[in-house]
Amino acid sequence: MKKNKSKENFIITLCDGPSCIHNKSKELKRDIEIQLEKKGLSDNGRIILSGCLGMCSKGPILIVNPGYTIYGHVTEKDIPEIVESHLVKGKPVSRLIIDEDHLYNRFFRVFGDVGFFGKQMRITLRNCGIIDPESIDDYISLRGYEAIAKILSDMKPEEVIEEVKRSGLRGRGGAGFPTGMKWEFTANQKSDEKYVICNADEGDPGAFMDRSAIEGDPHTVIEGMIIGGYAVGSAKGIVYIRAEYPLAITRLEKAIKDARDSGFLGENILGSDFSFDIEIRLGAGAFVCGEETALIHSIEGSRGMPRPRPPYPSVNGLFGKPTLINNVETWANVPVIILDSADWFRKVGTEKSKGTKVFALAGKVKNTGLVEVPMGTTLREIIFDIGGGIEKGKKFKAVQTGGPSGGCLPEKYLDTPIDYESLAKAGSIMGSGGMIVIDEDSCMVNIAKFFLEFTQNESCGKCTPCREGTKRMLEILTRITEGKGEQGDIEKLERLGNLIKKASLCGLGQSAPNPVLSTLTNFREEYEEHIKHKKCRAGECRLLLDYVINDKCVGCGACKRICPAGAVSGNPKTPHVIDKSKCIKCGQCYEICKFGAVDKK
Amino acid sequence: MEKKTITIYINDKPYRVEPEQTVMQAADKLGFHIPRLCYHPKLSIEGACRVCIVQVEGLKNYAASCSYPVSDGMKIHTNTQEIRRARRDIVELILDNHPLDCHTCDRDGNCELQRLAYSMGIKKRHFEGEKKSYDKDLSSPSVVRDPDKCILCGRCVRICSEIQKVNALRQAYRGFKTVVMPAYNMPFSESVCTTCGQCINVCPTASFIEKNYTQELFEKLSDKSLIKVAQVAPSVRAAIGEAFGIPPGTAKEKETAAALKRLGFDYVFDTQFSADLTIMEEASEFLDRLQGKGRLPMITSCSSAWMKCMEQFYPDLIENISTCKSPMSMMGAVLKTHFPEKIKAAPEKIFSVAVMCCTAKKYEAQRPELKINGLNGVDLVVTTREAAWMIKSAGIDFLNIKGEEFDHPLGLSSGAGAIFGTTGGVMEAAIRTAYELYTGETLLDIEVNELRGLKGIKEGKIVMDGKEIRVAVAHGLGNACDLLDIARKEPGKYHFIEVMGCPGGCVGGGGQPYADANSIPLDEECLKLRAKALYDLDRNRTIRRSHENPDVQRLYKEFLGRPLSELSHKILHTHYKKKEPKGIIPRGLVRAR
Amino acid sequence: MQTSLENDRMAKLKKYMADVLEKTDRPESYLIAVLHRAQNLFGYLSRDVMDEIALTMNIPTSHIWGVATFYHYFKLKPQGKHSIAICLGTACYVKGAGDILRTIKKELKIGIGETTEDGFFSLHEARCLGACGLAPVVMIDDKIYGELTNQKIIEIINNYRKRDRKSKEG
Repeated sequence: MKKNKSKENFIITLCDGPSCIHNKSKELKRDIEIQLEKKGLSDNGRIILSGCLGMCSKGPILIVNPGYTIYGHVTEKDIPEIVESHLVKGKPVSRLIIDEDHLYNRFFRVFGDVGFFGKQMRITLRNCGIIDPESIDDYISLRGYEAIAKILSDMKPEEVIEEVKRSGLRGRGGAGFPTGMKWEFTANQKSDEKYVICNADEGDPGAFMDRSAIEGDPHTVIEGMIIGGYAVGSAKGIVYIRAEYPLAITRLEKAIKDARDSGFLGENILGSDFSFDIEIRLGAGAFVCGEETALIHSIEGSRGMPRPRPPYPSVNGLFGKPTLINNVETWANVPVIILDSADWFRKVGTEKSKGTKVFALAGKVKNTGLVEVPMGTTLREIIFDIGGGIEKGKKFKAVQTGGPSGGCLPEKYLDTPIDYESLAKAGSIMGSGGMIVIDEDSCMVNIAKFFLEFTQNESCGKCTPCREGTKRMLEILTRITEGKGEQGDIEKLERLGNLIKKASLCGLGQSAPNPVLSTLTNFREEYEEHIKHKKCRAGECRLLLDYVINDKCVGCGACKRICPAGAVSGNPKTPHVIDKSKCIKCGQCYEICKFGAVDKK
Repeated sequence: MEKKTITIYINDKPYRVEPEQTVMQAADKLGFHIPRLCYHPKLSIEGACRVCIVQVEGLKNYAASCSYPVSDGMKIHTNTQEIRRARRDIVELILDNHPLDCHTCDRDGNCELQRLAYSMGIKKRHFEGEKKSYDKDLSSPSVVRDPDKCILCGRCVRICSEIQKVNALRQAYRGFKTVVMPAYNMPFSESVCTTCGQCINVCPTASFIEKNYTQELFEKLSDKSLIKVAQVAPSVRAAIGEAFGIPPGTAKEKETAAALKRLGFDYVFDTQFSADLTIMEEASEFLDRLQGKGRLPMITSCSSAWMKCMEQFYPDLIENISTCKSPMSMMGAVLKTHFPEKIKAAPEKIFSVAVMCCTAKKYEAQRPELKINGLNGVDLVVTTREAAWMIKSAGIDFLNIKGEEFDHPLGLSSGAGAIFGTTGGVMEAAIRTAYELYTGETLLDIEVNELRGLKGIKEGKIVMDGKEIRVAVAHGLGNACDLLDIARKEPGKYHFIEVMGCPGGCVGGGGQPYADANSIPLDEECLKLRAKALYDLDRNRTIRRSHENPDVQRLYKEFLGRPLSELSHKILHTHYKKKEPKGIIPRGLVRAR
Repeated sequence: MQTSLENDRMAKLKKYMADVLEKTDRPESYLIAVLHRAQNLFGYLSRDVMDEIALTMNIPTSHIWGVATFYHYFKLKPQGKHSIAICLGTACYVKGAGDILRTIKKELKIGIGETTEDGFFSLHEARCLGACGLAPVVMIDDKIYGELTNQKIIEIINNYRKRDRKSKEG
């Protein structure tokens, strides 16, 4: 039987994202239980494993509610103190609390008071870390499934669509297509069968907000899909999720079962004549399946290869039936819009981009993790105020948004407000929300090559420009980073890039050249240096480095012995020299020298 | 009722067109031929090659005209410098991953990619880099698969799955490493490939070609110790002219006979003769079955691709298949028995060559159960394409050659034998003879129109002495499978079924001349014209019923006795076995629930 | 013993397929789910297993092969005892995952997608394990190791080897 919640005085949330598990968050759960037992508090509260909270660099994270006190870097030794001081005496342990000024406190004070927990709430991730994701009761206690009750009793499907349209919500998966319009297209189709799909095939390298959203609050996504199903006249929902997310899958499975048991899914939901159910389908490791027609083929049991559009899935989708596809983050916004009205939702964000956006902030920035900010926040605010600026006092060089489909923006764009149009204008995209900060130690040619390597590897191979073109671009980039760049390579990259962008079959190909084209625009001089002067200013392209022995050399001979190419010469106890023509740039002399006498330039 | 039209602009000029069609379809009708590669009108839209891109005002990206629908007011540009350059770069990208060995390639001069590259005006190369490198698959007796030449247009995959429904081929792996291959990359010969050769027909390059035996044949033709005998399939004469630039629809019967004699054959016989022989046996077998001796519906057995397909996917219908060998193998059987007797030669000295429209016949010729006294009935099979090449290569002027008759005693044929080469023809021929054998009366209205044409499944009825005989005809293995699914469900629905493995029947065989620069492979008009050539031959014959062929009658008198005699059974009939190559799916077997 | 284990797995797979066929009239759309199940049971997708799926589900083997080779998740060869997945997500890459990968390759003498001669390790690449805060990371089986350096990864690999040797001796 469920515990009687009214007796609960506190809830302790432990993050069980991969970073926190690595830092032993799961072991902490047992330590807390022991301490609670000792103090006789076991029945007064409970411990929740929350799914990734996105504060990865400060893990393990422990949150005590009420009060939303966030503790970071918690160790086994800290537990007795937290229990004694915070839970027994009501005095939070200030030395363990992380930033008063943390991003969550700063940006998410958007909700009103919604009861027990609620001062700090985000939209998409509003419940993450606050509720037990495996408890439907927790979700319900935060007005969960209220939106369902509302639409079933008060709203016609077309009114739901109107509300979503009016909210200004746009697809959070990348392109930013107005969500309400997509719904309307699907609703307008006459068909005996329609499908509603949640795209949880989050495949961007460096993006994990969808996983967090599902791990931390699976019911929100389910509720969003039910609303979508009601609006477009569909009885069948499918969540297409990466097989690489076992925890998210388990939680989702449980949530679906609980929702079914509680009458939110299945036949005649809440006694109405609306029926809807959800099934989970697993991906199998193909980035291109994020593209909606490829995703449909994958659900149909085929190779995830896109097909030409039109016809769009809203007309001809899964099994040839009208199909509505939105991604996790988009679905998670829907219940909020229904409950708190489109008018409220429209207040957040900019003129054309409403609401918030979740980013996975990573790279050379002090605080990494998930960031949910209102649209219109600037890149500078995220990177420097929330992210705490660049690590190790290094200099900011670029920020990459939109993952492999996006672009690299230099310093002059730091004050760009985040919305679909501004990012596109600056030469990048919103994408699904990867945000990688790059400092002066990274070579932009190499970064472009990294992303292209990714898309080239993930190309499905169907259309010529993407299959053959990205391969040729990658060959040219590799050549450049190896010091074999030739005059005309930049022009070839641009020619191919523009062709692939405009001629490819699907979004993957059409955006694959973006990282290269944007670095060619913003960091062209680095390409030119690589090609003309065979220099990599970041020192990342190993084959472009020169290893030189400086005057700190004592002539110990270590480098001479280890050099596999016999490039080092010199008599014992006299300074040695490296013969550049023989050097193969393996870097072993640099590694072995104890005197700092080898420079790489 | 007036048809609704919309206005589109192509290259700034307005045109009224019907809605609900693609840009390519509309442009084709208006005389704009947008370059294309993966598109084929009979197959699903792939949209993969991107050669057919056009610019549409208001669209950020180029649109693939093969799939993009027209809409009112649409402004399309098919030939701007920008789009020309984009297309050229795309074709160049294809070439960059393609062996540049055109002058030693089997499709040199007849390659869609080559033509396309020429029309794009590619003069300089920009992006060369790594090329794929895979082994050729030479395992099949019929089809050679060369992945290096593959440009991944997917036509072979689509024809094999959509039209033939054999599903021998798929794209495997992905991205730059995508390869079209059979399951598990196993040798083609071990796969479910029926050897029909339709992949060869639709392949724009030489990624699929027939197993070529021309050099071996030249070798044998110069061997003085052998008696070289050729037989020519009906549809070879209906299409061979195309290989010499003659428009489709003209039968080159006597010219083919003459050219083969010039090539060095001692005897050139006609497979149409053995088609008549087949009808004698098959019609008799049918009447036997009709009288309760054997299972109905009886299904024809002339098409070798169909035979392999049936053994793999419909083993439960083996008893329904006519035990008659194909006309080619019946001829082969006679060539290694009666014929050497007649010319007083040793059977092993006869070198029997079949000139066929078909790649599957190469496979059939190797089937061990068809051996006659330990000898192959047919020693070697060349396709129409190979024969045409040999004729050219030997310097024989096919265009101006004076026609000659086929040789006796196996060269005379009825009109019924001629129409074997097109879908419905075997059935029509069988009806002409069966009717007379059954009723004792001559069927006067012998052209069975409902069995002609390119409809996938055709049905007909004929009343013999008050008994209604229901027949059905399917061409292409996909249609055949659909028809047999019906026959399986309703066993009493038909009495007699004709199946041909290739679209259009043998005239659309996998060994026929490639489409020329102005046409598409398996073009329906072309198939109809080839069929018409055979129907014309029939109409112009005085003998139009197989049983009236005097040479066939003589063969029975001198050698076989009567249809279905013991000797007939021994040399003209065969048997079939369930086949389970790895990767086989018993298509349509009741699902294991 | 080996065969009875195999039979048991095959029986489980058949049961799974029977359930799928029971609940849907579009069984071919469950191909990927069936392949997942098969890989869970057998560790990889063998030709025999794919043949069995083809026969039971009535799906052409060429199609199954096309699907199995398309998705990176599916393994077509037996896997090593431990799977090492190196994260090559952007955050890890920026923090030097490329170097770590080079070290692992050198240490194990195998490339990505390969298994060591002793069948002990298989090496895979992963795209973001969602532990960007710990970059660069590898995941060995289901355990994450973060903030790696070249020395650290070699130590970790050696620890697995040691443990294995011990368990063999013990």
